[in-house]
Amino acid sequence: MAAAAVRPIRVVIAKPGLDGHDRGAKVIARGLRDDGMEVVYTGLHRTPEQIAATAVEEDADVVGVSILSGAHMTLVPRILALLAAEGAHDVGVVVGGTIPGDDAETLRNAGVTAVLTPGASLAEVSAAVRDAAARRRSAIG
Amino acid sequence: MSVDALAARVRRGERRAVARALTLVEGLGPEADVLLTALGPPPEATRRVAVTGPGGVGKSTLIAALVAHLRAEGCTVAVLGIDPSSPLTGGAVLGDRVRMAEHDTDAGVFVRSQAGRGAAGAIAAATGCSVWILAASGFDVILIETVGAGQDQVAVVGVADVVTLALAPGAGDAVQALKAGLMEIPDVIAVTRADAPGAELLVADLRLAGIDCPVVRTTALNGGGVAELWATVAAGVDALAADGGLERRRRAGMADQLRALAIARLASQLPGAGELDALAGEVMAGRRGVSSAVDTAVERAEGPAG
Repeated sequence: MAAAAVRPIRVVIAKPGLDGHDRGAKVIARGLRDDGMEVVYTGLHRTPEQIAATAVEEDADVVGVSILSGAHMTLVPRILALLAAEGAHDVGVVVGGTIPGDDAETLRNAGVTAVLTPGASLAEVSAAVRDAAARRRSAIG
Repeated sequence: MSVDALAARVRRGERRAVARALTLVEGLGPEADVLLTALGPPPEATRRVAVTGPGGVGKSTLIAALVAHLRAEGCTVAVLGIDPSSPLTGGAVLGDRVRMAEHDTDAGVFVRSQAGRGAAGAIAAATGCSVWILAASGFDVILIETVGAGQDQVAVVGVADVVTLALAPGAGDAVQALKAGLMEIPDVIAVTRADAPGAELLVADLRLAGIDCPVVRTTALNGGGVAELWATVAAGVDALAADGGLERRRRAGMADQLRALAIARLASQLPGAGELDALAGEVMAGRRGVSSAVDTAVERAEGPAG
């Protein structure tokens, strides 16, 4: 058999909290699909607990969290803590949304791989996810 | 982590290990063989149940309702939901979890999305191995949701003890179209959205078409008919188990899987697009026939790679 192609990147796209705006998340999901990734879409209004459990069960390389509600400083650290509690600290977390610069810095210091803000192109999003996936795969072998 | 250590953790049902093992077998490489060998034959008592049917008939909703019913009965459940991969990019959007969110944090439920990765037949090439992993990790029931299926996409028969075909009312033409393939494989039919107009017509059409398997009407959003559907499915598995048919069916299913994998491997050895394009040009110019061109393509297939 020909050598197996590189395993597709698996990414969970999640919409936590009360924010009901998922058009952006769906556009991202489709963009990442078109870039050859396997994208698990979770649907709206997921709790951090649901998102962390989904990331574990799906063996996601990356979780992409879309937040437009302003609650990112509550929700994202909680997702990071829950992933760590599951032993899944290797999973990359990429956050997209209306995130002020200071908050983005704080989130990156807390373990978020990348923060993307409105205006980011699909190519930038895809590159951030690829980078996060590559880091995870080199970490777990 | 060594494969033996991973196998031990899978047998203990550790979620992260199960998830890693599923990724590993999706690669279908030598490591997958090592893992499955280390795991050994999974428990026989696990019921493996597929839900197939055309896209949009309510398979995910039906499965979510079955999971709720099974949890109330005290059973642990794994769900393997398969969605198609793009033939162009290899990417996929896997959306089967959306309707199962209420079970996300239930430790007695494990949901995994699987991309078809170009396999024919509405399941992935690795689906059979994935079922093996989930059975080895101790779930009482494994529910397999196929890609929206039609025509001759019947490979799911090879990975399930009982196949449930979900059909929605209001698609009479679809029933006609399905007759030759899908309509021949179900052990049970679920008529979804049974409170919608046309449900009784669909049931009548199924009878007129000579389909004699049990037909259960479901309205999954309010749980209607779900207990009856499960009772019918479980009775089907138990009847097979009682007369030794379960072992025969699983063995025949494994043979089906091996045949499909062998065909996929042979297909991967055929000449590339450039050579086929050249052959196509010769056929279209009338210089040779289709059969002769195929002979050439097969002759040029690569031998087994090392």
